[in-house]
Amino acid sequence: MLIFLLRRLIQACFVMIIISVISFAVQDKLGDPVQQMVGLTVPQDERDQLREELGLNDGFIIQYWRFATRAIQGDLGTSYYYKQPTLEVIFQKVPATIELAFCAIILVVLVATPCGVLAAIKPKHLISRLLMIISSIGLSVPIFIVAIFMVYLFSIEWGLAPSFGRGQTTEIFAIWDSGLFTKDGLHHLLLPSLSLAIALMPIFIRLIRAEMMEVLQSEYIRFAWSKGLSAPRIYFIHALKNTMLPVITVGGIQAGTLVAYTILTETIFQWPGMGFLFMDAVSRVDTPLISAYLIVVGAMFVITNTLVDVIYGLVNPTVRLASHGS
Amino acid sequence: MNTKVIIACCFTLMLWNQAFATTLKMAFDADPISLDPHEHLSEGTLQFSHWAFDPLLRWDKRGELEPRLATKWQRLDSHTMRFFLRENVRFHSGNAFTANDVEYTIRRLKNSPDFRAMYDSIESTSVIDDYTIDIHTTTPTPLLLNIMTYVFPMDKRFYQGRDQIIKHGSSFASQNVSGTGPFIIASRKLGNSMELVRTPYYWDKNSLGNVDRVVLTPIRADSTRLAALLSGDVDFIFPISPIDIARTKRTSGIQVATIPTTRVILLHMNQDRREEFKKLKVRQAINLAINQKLIVEKILKGYGTPAGQLTPDSFIGHLKDLEPNYDLQKALQLMKEAGYEQGFRISMMAPNNRYLNDEKVAQAISAMLARINIIVDLKTLPKAQYFKELDNRSADIMMLGWQSDTMDANNTFEFVVACSDVNTGLGIYNASAYCNTNIDNKIQRANREMQPDQRRRLLQEIEQTLYNEVPIIPLYWQALTWAAKSNVKIQDIINNMNHPYLGDLVIEDK
Repeated sequence: MLIFLLRRLIQACFVMIIISVISFAVQDKLGDPVQQMVGLTVPQDERDQLREELGLNDGFIIQYWRFATRAIQGDLGTSYYYKQPTLEVIFQKVPATIELAFCAIILVVLVATPCGVLAAIKPKHLISRLLMIISSIGLSVPIFIVAIFMVYLFSIEWGLAPSFGRGQTTEIFAIWDSGLFTKDGLHHLLLPSLSLAIALMPIFIRLIRAEMMEVLQSEYIRFAWSKGLSAPRIYFIHALKNTMLPVITVGGIQAGTLVAYTILTETIFQWPGMGFLFMDAVSRVDTPLISAYLIVVGAMFVITNTLVDVIYGLVNPTVRLASHGS
Repeated sequence: MNTKVIIACCFTLMLWNQAFATTLKMAFDADPISLDPHEHLSEGTLQFSHWAFDPLLRWDKRGELEPRLATKWQRLDSHTMRFFLRENVRFHSGNAFTANDVEYTIRRLKNSPDFRAMYDSIESTSVIDDYTIDIHTTTPTPLLLNIMTYVFPMDKRFYQGRDQIIKHGSSFASQNVSGTGPFIIASRKLGNSMELVRTPYYWDKNSLGNVDRVVLTPIRADSTRLAALLSGDVDFIFPISPIDIARTKRTSGIQVATIPTTRVILLHMNQDRREEFKKLKVRQAINLAINQKLIVEKILKGYGTPAGQLTPDSFIGHLKDLEPNYDLQKALQLMKEAGYEQGFRISMMAPNNRYLNDEKVAQAISAMLARINIIVDLKTLPKAQYFKELDNRSADIMMLGWQSDTMDANNTFEFVVACSDVNTGLGIYNASAYCNTNIDNKIQRANREMQPDQRRRLLQEIEQTLYNEVPIIPLYWQALTWAAKSNVKIQDIINNMNHPYLGDLVIEDK
């Protein structure tokens, strides 16, 4: 077990090194940070001096080495725009993104589960067919169209919800800036979380439906019927439990999509989270912040995947054995 | 007991204030990146400078200079100008405003990498008394008043000793402000929101402005910004994209305000990269093949002015007769005479998020050039990458927009037309490699010529030469468009520099 853990850890470190090289290498391709820092009429020698101060004239290897040695000590550079350590800037924005994703996931669970179950139990029913049609449309319509449409309907035409921002927030334990505890904050959360949920929902409805249908064919369900158990008990206790296992696995994989979708949602709704921060950093050529964001997101993936692997290994010894090779 | 009463009174007063405070919520495409007015010469910084500081003088809506902290000025000799300053003005810190603050500010400007070049001609200042200051220049400087619009006196006693200008890192001045302006900073979340509160002690008692509180949110996406206005979440936005203007105008309770500006959009044809561009006939043909009027009408929906020269009509040196021409037949004829009847293939680059509809304009131009058999390989880039390519002159045709900082044509000539010289900084945006010593000569003379008529003639001669030799193709002067709720009287405070004077803004009760 210890060897298995060690192996996974070494792999994770290796992946992180690759991520850091890539996220550092893209810096060069995103534009000129000096250009963003000075006015159009600033003479060349001033620009050269600034470039020198920022250490942009050194070779790639030297620059990367400087970056990597600092990164190991937990310093991912200072943002050109915010003038604060990049990690600090990113972690200030984490609560907004997590709350948005959290609410979207809750919405997905609350809506997709009953819809999927319904579509599986009564596949011929009108509502089920409608659900299937809507979900395939939902799969093919990009999230920004959905979001813009929702803004148009809910905030411009009907005036039901604010169109941008996070509204009033309260500070919890002095570290977490939360919008979940004020009416205004929840009000602002409505449209972004709904759009994000709509983007993720179709795939879950379809997945739950397919899994549920398969489970309903299995022996133990038939046995339950013949035993005379009530329909709700069979559907929601016995069948649903087994349906959810693969759904949760896919849900884990979908976390990546969630990150991509939060970038889009946050940009459209001016939601001050990590995704919005990233887009802003790209347009401002704030290269240290861009690299730091990529590394943080990369690390999140690596950590979750490693954890999942370790848990799998604990639960299922064959995984552990397989990774030993011969 | 007494204290309790006082506290209670204060509290009621605060509530009263809150209930009756007029708040302006605005969404612009950018926010000031620093509170230091000398850190970055950009629109955001200058806008902010007009809110928290006051300039010595400023441009009014008609393009005339209006006294602010300087009440009047007088030329003593060709090298010296005397400024008389406003009395009884206080900084936010409580310090009194005097000539020492002006001297201090000019010295600091001369040390700012972004502003230094503009103040090169100022040799020294001498404080005569608390409210009188003389400015000495190295050469006769006709545009001295123009550059004085960028002098926003800073509180010497507040800043001195901790006033470094740091472009990539934190500094005292980038976090703390003491100006004389109508607003003080209440809170600021960089990139997210900034809140300003009107100071009750503002010196300008004639100002009709009644905005007590301003909340500025930078919103980069056009659609989000417009939605914020239409849904009533904000009161005032800038900019608004041309295709949205018609729809916005139809919305009840919303007004749209447009004014022409002096920002000229132009094309550089690089003569170093292409032999063909060295021929006058080819350049003329390209100029004739591009239909400026059509571009403005169709792509900008009329929110621009077609340009046949670089100097807008509000600047001295504008020539009324130089209109943009479009004549396809003549263009084809010229191409034939130049020996390029079969045409040729060129590369072109343009930004896609810098100027109004820049990408679409570039596409239209490549289609227009195709009609005289010039095949254009067009590449459009986000501004973050584009300006690097512009510095490297990476394509045969490059697009550029230029707004003269001094509100004078000669600034445009210096940067865009003059022979490129890395050492002097002249012509650093001249991506055409065109070099005419005669023009350079006149630019230098215009910088020192104190006789307005003589100076006008010089600038007109430059413009006429450019018109005849076509090294650059002027396209149009871009218009600026704002939108606001109808009760927000933005018409009175906007200007073609895009520095809305929020201190004078009136919001009427609905």
